Amino acid sequence: MKESLYITIDNNEIPIDNEKNLLEIIRKAKIDLPTFCYHSELSVYGACRLCMVEVDGIGLVSACSTTPASWMKVKTNTEEIRDMRKIIVELLLANHSQTCPTCPKSATCQLQALARRLGITKVRFKSQARDLPIDDSSPSLVRDANKCTLCGDCVRICSEIQSVGAIDFAYRGAQTMVIPSFGKDLNEVECVNCGQCARVCPTGALTPKPEVDQVWKALHNPRKVVVAQIAPAVRVALGEVFGLEPGVTMSGQIVAALRALGFDKVFDTSFTADLTVLEESNEFVKRIENNNNIPQFTSCCPAWVKFVEQYYPEYIRHLSTCRSPQQMFGALAKEILASDLGMEREDIVVVSIMPCTAKKFEAKRPEFTRDGISDVDHVLTTQELGRMIEEAGLHFRELEPESFHLPFGFKTGAGVIFGNSGGVSEAVLRYLTEKLTGQKRENYEFTSVRGEEGIREASLTVNGREFSLAVVSGLGNARKLIEKVKSGEAHYDFVEVMACPGGCVGGAGQPVFANMEAMRKRTKGIYENDRMLQLHKSQDNPYITELYSKVLGEVGGDKAHKLLHTSYHTRKRITDEGMMLSPSSGEHSVEVNVCFGTGCFLKGSQRLLHNILEYIKVRDLGSIVDVSASFCFEKCDKGPVIRVGENIIDGCTVEMAQEAIERETGGFLQSEGRDHG
Amino acid sequence: METMRKFERVCEIVDRNGRNPSRLIPILQAVQAEYRYLPEEILTFVATSLGIPPARVFGVATFYSLFTLKPKGKYLIRICNGTACHVKGSMGLYKTLSDKLNLGDGRETSDDMLFTLETVNCLGACGLAPAMVINEEVFGQVTSQRAAAIIDEIITREAQYESDSSRIE
Ligand code: SF4
Ligand code: SF4
Ligand code: FES
Repeated sequence: MKESLYITIDNNEIPIDNEKNLLEIIRKAKIDLPTFCYHSELSVYGACRLCMVEVDGIGLVSACSTTPASWMKVKTNTEEIRDMRKIIVELLLANHSQTCPTCPKSATCQLQALARRLGITKVRFKSQARDLPIDDSSPSLVRDANKCTLCGDCVRICSEIQSVGAIDFAYRGAQTMVIPSFGKDLNEVECVNCGQCARVCPTGALTPKPEVDQVWKALHNPRKVVVAQIAPAVRVALGEVFGLEPGVTMSGQIVAALRALGFDKVFDTSFTADLTVLEESNEFVKRIENNNNIPQFTSCCPAWVKFVEQYYPEYIRHLSTCRSPQQMFGALAKEILASDLGMEREDIVVVSIMPCTAKKFEAKRPEFTRDGISDVDHVLTTQELGRMIEEAGLHFRELEPESFHLPFGFKTGAGVIFGNSGGVSEAVLRYLTEKLTGQKRENYEFTSVRGEEGIREASLTVNGREFSLAVVSGLGNARKLIEKVKSGEAHYDFVEVMACPGGCVGGAGQPVFANMEAMRKRTKGIYENDRMLQLHKSQDNPYITELYSKVLGEVGGDKAHKLLHTSYHTRKRITDEGMMLSPSSGEHSVEVNVCFGTGCFLKGSQRLLHNILEYIKVRDLGSIVDVSASFCFEKCDKGPVIRVGENIIDGCTVEMAQEAIERETGGFLQSEGRDHG
Repeated sequence: METMRKFERVCEIVDRNGRNPSRLIPILQAVQAEYRYLPEEILTFVATSLGIPPARVFGVATFYSLFTLKPKGKYLIRICNGTACHVKGSMGLYKTLSDKLNLGDGRETSDDMLFTLETVNCLGACGLAPAMVINEEVFGQVTSQRAAAIIDEIITREAQYESDSSRIE
């Protein structure tokens, strides 16, 4: 047996069990050492220096980047250390905008919390605050660089966990900033709106974009019927805003609160999650039968969908065509409620309460707008609903629980577990195993798809056929998985992806949480919720059956397709102007534009460009042809792509390019009577 | 064709470095040698071909003062402001040229893209203070009058060149 090693922390002997750094041991010893730039999920940065401790024989070290050793005697609370911490926090405050009371992060800001904890009552340094513009271009997030402390948490989560890298450090010295590339706005770059950067930002430099004012306005407008839908993950987290433990289900109080705020009807997104299960499973069965576009990827998470559109256009066909539960609800509400109530579509205001910042982006996608009216009008995060309840002065915890309105308020447990990573897969399995065998099953839990790892695999034999599944959370993991599928190293039939680690319970719109324990409790809360409900399989939801028979017709039928499905498109990562490579000298010119986006570049646009230029030289067309390169025509699955005049040619070969150039320039050559003398 | 040639050079540079992201700095150096600055679309292209986010490339390009993202003029004038040159009045020299070329207020490059005016910290030519470098050529013990004359000479030469080349067309 291995003897355990001990380390001395403030005169106490603490066992070392595989902790990566001193900080984790100190926290295990129940000393809450202040930190600013440390997240156990991310790489160690060691920039803030707040975690300084004294090690006998060495002196001051930063605990987050020091490996523990048994000979160490550590002190965490000397006069020198305390002074230093104060100076550090004062320096941070001197660089910070001084608008705390009006900051959206006010109650949960870690900088404020530290200043209070360390008893800082004045800042001894001169304010260095800069007056930088606020970027609210994104539908999901607001960036206020004046509140940035340069801890780099957002940069690391975006590149390490999400593999997106939309924001990074730029410039240096006093000018250092965290910004998108070339100082562009966030909505012009490859950000997928997952909001994980805002989740880890300790201050108000990155926050979810609020829509509270618009919602109040709708609620106060007597001409509008305002309906709410609540996503599964919200019910196990909203309580945290009011001092409850994470994971306590508060559906009844949430309904009561929304009614008190003035919502006319309160429904459940879990209902349309049940609907998604039927549509998505049937789509899957069809794909399996035709051996077409397997693996099928889930499409409930808008950050993941945008990720595929940007980075893996050749896999867009693999995304389920199902709208997300939020958008299915929006489409149904506008269609059915409007006609039931005899109202115009624009007078029904649909407000979603979501754990998510990406849902704000999704609601604004043009695919989900009909005649200028969005299916979902506003998206509030769990945090924003908490704020509205506080503003209205409701005693949330003491509210008498109320029940959801019918029919869209009735759900099974399958629709609720959508809030956890693995939930969609499990719900689909609950349906498929009965559908394919024609037999009812007693047990409804499929624990093989549950768990905490970012990539989980499971396989299951139904009716003699083996199905392999993967459940992924975190987009960096999704990237790893797709690369494996691409290289043929792995094969799956069905892949569920959620952008947020742990799934929507860990979404960026949820109340700020300090450690992974909160996430675990929410996850558990969701599964308990499932167990408490009367039904657990989407196919057993009587209101879903009724919806098909009265309105939708067949599962996967025409009407269902119109309301519940959509299509996705390739998308540029970054807005740009392209570059002129060989301008013509004459007045009339034909534009030839060669795509140099990643997709096309990999498929040989460089050679193609070279050959086109050779050809232009040989044919002496230099004076009437403009040649330029640009990044991405958004047809990356069919690269290389070029544009000649108005025509976009995909899968372009040299011959095709030559032919097109001949065709376009032929007119000029004749009309101008140009000769080659 | 000039722009095309440069662009092909960039492709070459990236390939010569094995499209290896850890070679980003030498790649940017070589690209800047080609363009004399780092154009935004070229940086996007470099990021694309190395498979790294453009924000990372932008971060590196703005971190080192060696790199510049703004186009520079055909003639890069650098005036030494090391201690020796400073004492010998290099800032007066700077002011003269900046007025003459209508620069200042953060503007370093003339509208016709002919001149960029910068200061540097010590050219290592302290014996010649105040020193000035135009592209590769070093001028020592420069007075304001002499600097103005050098500039005028370049302007005349350029004008001549322009009219010559338009005659050939
Ligand atoms: S929202 Fe997500 S993708 Fe966008 S910058 Fe933040 S972490 Fe990166
Ligand atoms: S995992 Fe859920 S909360 Fe996170 S971005 Fe996707 S849909 Fe939103
Ligand atoms: S890379 Fe997008 S169309 Fe070429």
